[in-house]
Amino acid sequence: MGSETSGNSNNKSVVVLSKLATNEQHGENSPYFDGWKAYDNDSFHLVNNPNGVIQMGLAENQLSVDLVEEWIMRNPNASICTNEGIESFRRIVNFQDYHGLPEFTTAIAKYLGKTRQGKVKFDPKRVVMAGGATGANETLIFCLADPGDAFLVPSPYYPGFNRDLRWRTGIQLLPISCTSSNNFKITIEAVQEAYQNAQQANINVKGLILTNPSNPLGTMLDRDTLKKLLTFTSQHNIHLVCDEIYAATVFDAPQFISIAEIIDDDEIRNHCINKDLVHIVSSLSKDMGFPGFRVGIVYSFNDDVVNCARKMSSFGLVSTQTQHLLASMLSDGEFVEEFLIESVKRLRKRHEKFTNGLEEVGIKCLKGNAGLYCWMDLRPMLKEPTFDAEMSLWKLIINDVKLNVSPGSSFNCPEAGWFRVCFANIDDQTVEIALARIRMFVDANNNVNENGVVKNKQQWKKNKLRLNFSNGKYDENAMNMMSPNSPIPISPLVRARN
Amino acid sequence: MGFECAKNNAILSKLATNEEHGENSPYFDGWKAYDNDPFHPLKNPNGVIQMGLAENQLCFDLIEEWIKRNPKASICSNEGIKSFKAIANFQDYHGLPEFRRAIAKFMEKTRGGRVRFDPERVVMAGGATGANESIIFCLADPGDAFLVPSPYYPAFNRDLRWRTGVQLIPIHCESSNNFQITAKAVKEAYENAQKSNIKVKGLILTNPSNPLGTTLDKHTLKSLLNFTNQHNLHLVCDEIYAATVFDMPQFVSIAEILEDNEMSHCNKDLVHIVYSLSKDMGLPGFRIGIIYSFNDAVVSCARKMSSFGLVSTQTQHFLAAMLNDEKFVVNYLAESARRLANRHKHFTNGLEEVGITCLKNNAGLFCWMDLRKLLRDSTFDSEMSLWRVIINDVKLNVSPGSSFDCQEPGWFRVCFANMDDGTVDIALARIRRFVGVKKSGDESNAMEKKQQWKKNNLRLSFSKRMYDESVLSPLSSPIPHSPLVR
Repeated sequence: MGSETSGNSNNKSVVVLSKLATNEQHGENSPYFDGWKAYDNDSFHLVNNPNGVIQMGLAENQLSVDLVEEWIMRNPNASICTNEGIESFRRIVNFQDYHGLPEFTTAIAKYLGKTRQGKVKFDPKRVVMAGGATGANETLIFCLADPGDAFLVPSPYYPGFNRDLRWRTGIQLLPISCTSSNNFKITIEAVQEAYQNAQQANINVKGLILTNPSNPLGTMLDRDTLKKLLTFTSQHNIHLVCDEIYAATVFDAPQFISIAEIIDDDEIRNHCINKDLVHIVSSLSKDMGFPGFRVGIVYSFNDDVVNCARKMSSFGLVSTQTQHLLASMLSDGEFVEEFLIESVKRLRKRHEKFTNGLEEVGIKCLKGNAGLYCWMDLRPMLKEPTFDAEMSLWKLIINDVKLNVSPGSSFNCPEAGWFRVCFANIDDQTVEIALARIRMFVDANNNVNENGVVKNKQQWKKNKLRLNFSNGKYDENAMNMMSPNSPIPISPLVRARN
Repeated sequence: MGFECAKNNAILSKLATNEEHGENSPYFDGWKAYDNDPFHPLKNPNGVIQMGLAENQLCFDLIEEWIKRNPKASICSNEGIKSFKAIANFQDYHGLPEFRRAIAKFMEKTRGGRVRFDPERVVMAGGATGANESIIFCLADPGDAFLVPSPYYPAFNRDLRWRTGVQLIPIHCESSNNFQITAKAVKEAYENAQKSNIKVKGLILTNPSNPLGTTLDKHTLKSLLNFTNQHNLHLVCDEIYAATVFDMPQFVSIAEILEDNEMSHCNKDLVHIVYSLSKDMGLPGFRIGIIYSFNDAVVSCARKMSSFGLVSTQTQHFLAAMLNDEKFVVNYLAESARRLANRHKHFTNGLEEVGITCLKNNAGLFCWMDLRKLLRDSTFDSEMSLWRVIINDVKLNVSPGSSFDCQEPGWFRVCFANMDDGTVDIALARIRRFVGVKKSGDESNAMEKKQQWKKNNLRLSFSKRMYDESVLSPLSSPIPHSPLVR
């Protein structure tokens, strides 16, 4: 007989949680996060842990914080905690209107205009807050689609979309594959195909979400493509969501083109574009390097969506302490302009330094002019063009080269061998160290003989790395490589020979 | 080309087009009235006084003093700027460790140190609003139901139901026993749900109660926990008013009940606390919502969901410093309770002087006012009429019981902690005049007084929609159905 209870025995019934709590749809068990965990276990520090894993998997912008710090020192009343600012304390701390502080939404609208070189004007009344871009993306989907509906998304795409767009909303994501054959450009044919396939499968497509500039590619959409995509979505009466959070990370020509500009384009206006279908997601996390402040923005050209998103913003408003600080900072037009110019300059320099360093060892990246990362082509290093080979290579890079980079498969990339490497979240010295490690790795790789044994590996290892991981993270093949007496014919380091 | 563009209607989601956010309820009408004509002691002394917003504005000075003494708490001060970069860049959803520790400590202090809270179980959310929604997302599927004692906070309809798709089943409480939650009522609500094939996943309590301002005693808490435990239901305790308890009896948290020997048979995995600093510390703008669950899987899930509403690290950093200052916290809590007690006494005494009683309460930022005697008849229509008179004539934004799902007409929630002493007195004076007018049995006398009162007092500046026409022309059209007639 079952259930006997006595005193304090633990005869508990099974606790039932929601489906959301028990499915894996949050996506946090994807390999994307494994690299983070590796980094957490053995974090690089210039002084304290010089052999640790260097974090190159996090798209952060830490290059220009000093400019912000200087501004803050010059503007003490931007803070409600300084002597100069304390008189605003009680008003700010008590303000919970989901319209946001008027000065905040005004400043954000101004900022959005500036990051698009003043080519469009943004209306503060359409600025709606959200809990970071994470919250903004989710909120828009909640406004536009029902559970079971689908959104098209060009791939490779940001892995967090699986959680942000799908998890609690219940929608599906249909990738539009982009490949290296045309530099991962989005073609209207590919979009049409994806859309038609969905129709045939009786899937209700509600919209298309673009990330422009692209994560992970670091490229921008040109005017022609944007127009075509806008026309397509309008014709099919589906929404167009443009995640433009990397807008101000464009460091090289051509200039960034926002969907907001395209809408105003004369040619477009004659083509019956329905503005009610167009929505922008923005954030300060990438452009300004404030991910901790959770400033997400939903900007919609559709009044009903603005209203709905605003009601939903109650679930993730920006702290008024932060609204107040940023209202002050971003309404300082002179500062914003100087910041944007300098920030872009530093990004370009860092990008150049890094990609040059890679080229010196024969590693190419997709040519990009934006973002905080590059899209590295390591296909030549794959033993075979498979995702298994990509994963093996990735484990090697984490465990041996000790760089946390992100494998293309975690971005849903249709081709194996591409990796996203972030370079704007580390200082110059660390960049040098990262490049040195890569150089050594590539040299070692080049020294692989026909039997798949690495020459001089002992030397390389002596110079470099102690492996500090639990075996769980350790690729056995790499382990075997350590003992050159056991040549492994299937090592991922063996260059593919034609 | 000049052809006409036939625009298709942009199809939005069901969420965007249903009314489930509840913002078209009367609860918000009072707010709108206030927005159109807000009281200001100098600039608009005849405006509507906001008494519909449960805010705690009594102790800002204490916090401001602390801030001046502790410039490092801000990442923007000279002393604190060196932390700016690390703080602005930190986006780990576990939150700053010092923040979690500070919250756990603060929660302990607001419960008199009678229980310990584990910082590892502290999960952030976008205000209590976000915390309540997230916990439901973790515990229930669309179509499932949660029991909720009524009267309850109106925005639960949005926070618990809107995007989650969960239903709320009220457990009705009545004035006959001072709105206490009875085992019988709980059982009944649960059984009715079962009969209708509705899957009940849990029970959500607000303790201290909004709108009642009362606290649950140990016996009731134990009884409720036994019930949920027995039926394998989740128990969510919204304890956001914990530190607004200003009088005996002491606040008893569900966390204490769980540690009681008598309750050791209870499954802790079913118990969750929602907390916030919006009410206890008067910081609603900072959006500090907390989920504290005794269930590891829920902590883990809620933490993943917290990405949608994390607390700004600028704010985390500030609060970590302030709440880790134990001396300050102890002093703050004592002083805050003292001021709330004073304000409560002053206000309820003022009401009693004109014969208005409130439910006896020991917590909250409001009282639950009994205006049944002022109703023309015991209907919600009368309640709404009375409410419009209070907004339009007396010019106080109070909240009608019906917006809290109260089953008995005539109850109103009045907030008193969001204004200074002068404004409280003006509010009381207006109420006095209003009731005084009503009290004089002589109708014409009342009418005269009303003219005078109106001349002294109020200019009406609302849209007609809000306005009960009958009251405007007292002389020419005596209204048998006026809410003012006893």
